[in-house]
Amino acid sequence: MQFALLIYEPPEAFVARKSDGTDSYTGAWRAYHKALVESGSYLAGDPLEVPETGTTLRLKEGKRRVQDGPFADTKEQLGGFIIMELPSLDAALDWAARCPTAATGAVEVRPLAPAAKHRIT
Amino acid sequence: MNGSGQEDTHRTTHRTIERVARESYGRLVAYLSSQTRDVASAEDALSNALVAALKAWPGDGVPQNPEAWLLTAARRSFIDLVRHRQVAAASEPTLQLLREEREMTLPAEFPDDRLKLLFVCAHPAIDSSMHTPLMLQTVLGLDAARIAHAFLVSPTTMGQRLVRAKTKIRDGGIQFEVPQERELPQRLDAVLEAIYAAFGIGWDDMAGVDQSGRELAEEAIWLGRVLLQLMPREAEVRGLLALMLHCEARRTARRGQDGRFVPLSEQDSQQWSLPLIEEAERHLAEASSRGRTGRFQLEAAIQSVHAERARSGRTQWAAILLFYEQLIRISPTLGTRTGYAAAVAEGRGPEAGLGVLDAIDFESVSCYQPYWAVRAHLLQRLAKTSEAADAFDRAIGLTEDPAVRQFLLQRRG
Repeated sequence: MQFALLIYEPPEAFVARKSDGTDSYTGAWRAYHKALVESGSYLAGDPLEVPETGTTLRLKEGKRRVQDGPFADTKEQLGGFIIMELPSLDAALDWAARCPTAATGAVEVRPLAPAAKHRIT
Repeated sequence: MNGSGQEDTHRTTHRTIERVARESYGRLVAYLSSQTRDVASAEDALSNALVAALKAWPGDGVPQNPEAWLLTAARRSFIDLVRHRQVAAASEPTLQLLREEREMTLPAEFPDDRLKLLFVCAHPAIDSSMHTPLMLQTVLGLDAARIAHAFLVSPTTMGQRLVRAKTKIRDGGIQFEVPQERELPQRLDAVLEAIYAAFGIGWDDMAGVDQSGRELAEEAIWLGRVLLQLMPREAEVRGLLALMLHCEARRTARRGQDGRFVPLSEQDSQQWSLPLIEEAERHLAEASSRGRTGRFQLEAAIQSVHAERARSGRTQWAAILLFYEQLIRISPTLGTRTGYAAAVAEGRGPEAGLGVLDAIDFESVSCYQPYWAVRAHLLQRLAKTSEAADAFDRAIGLTEDPAVRQFLLQRRG
């Protein structure tokens, strides 16, 4: 089964990304990424740019509505995602617990929906 | 009575109910379910009885024998529940029980069936990952949400798994009985394993902590005491309790004042709890006088050597190695072999310790944090800087505990 780990980070975490790379935030993420890759279950993943760089678009009555910033106005924002091939939700939750952000923000675990994809491909 | 006096009475009553529930929960569930195997209905009946107590006792006062009161109320509710639920497929034992129950007056002393309940929870027909959650719920009355957090699943999922396991107990022909002599050692092992899994801190040498379930340490010790009360002659039961008490004795020393992780070798032994260590030592001595060693006694013996440091100021690694060598013969788990490697490194040097780690199948350790923590530590001692950094990264990336993560990041440099 494939799972997405959606990583919601607090504002401090986005700030920490700008550091020189010797801080504990970067160190923890570097190590976590290495453990993910070495586990053999890692398929893909990427950090996202800071939330302020987002642009949200809606079409309302045929008119484009464009808004600066992310879709939801919350303290913790989507900061990245990881896709993994794992035997169970339990295994995915283990990896979520090891994620450095689990202690400072939140990690949502969601199964991918291959059946929904199949219907449109 | 004035308002605050009434409030005080309420609070006292509430506390009494909590205490009685805590002490009697398992006994009442075990007694109610041992005949019908219907653990879920027994639990529901008991929670109805507790709600009734919360309503009645503040006004009427706490009854002289609160446990008997709860049993009467729970039994009444249990009969209703079972009759209601099983009316279509009422099994003969249930009907028989209901007939008897109606005739029976309340016994002054009811039998303690908790031992049977513990063996049912750790029955080989039940998925081993559910042994511990079942015990925590049926014997201690912990709710599914609390158990779920400790076992890292969602409360709904844990709730569903518990329901499925209880249905299996009711309908799967699992007998409420203490196993025969012949199967006892193996069946008892499963019970001990399940209690130990709740305790969770398997190993805290050097640099790693096995964290699963660590929130439940006190509950595990409680279960260990219950089991000892029920099986005072089993050496391994004492061994397990001794092991848990030794680890528990170091709880406060394991964290610095600022919350940072302190490994065993750097802990201030004066912070260890002497009463807990002494209690552990008593159990271990009693166990070894029975002349049947086992995994838990050996693990407790290793912890006992560590505890000696509080008196002598040093660690007898030779003794620890001796116990590990016996332990590896009977229980060559990943945890044991990793712990052995760390002990070998202390006793015979880091090169030798690394040799023990190298002998472990590489596939099996890809997600095992303590292996990487020990490996990193030994490589660092051998000044193999880049290999050490790599192993540190693996250990850090597999760590759940932020304090341990921080500790390893600092060590890595």
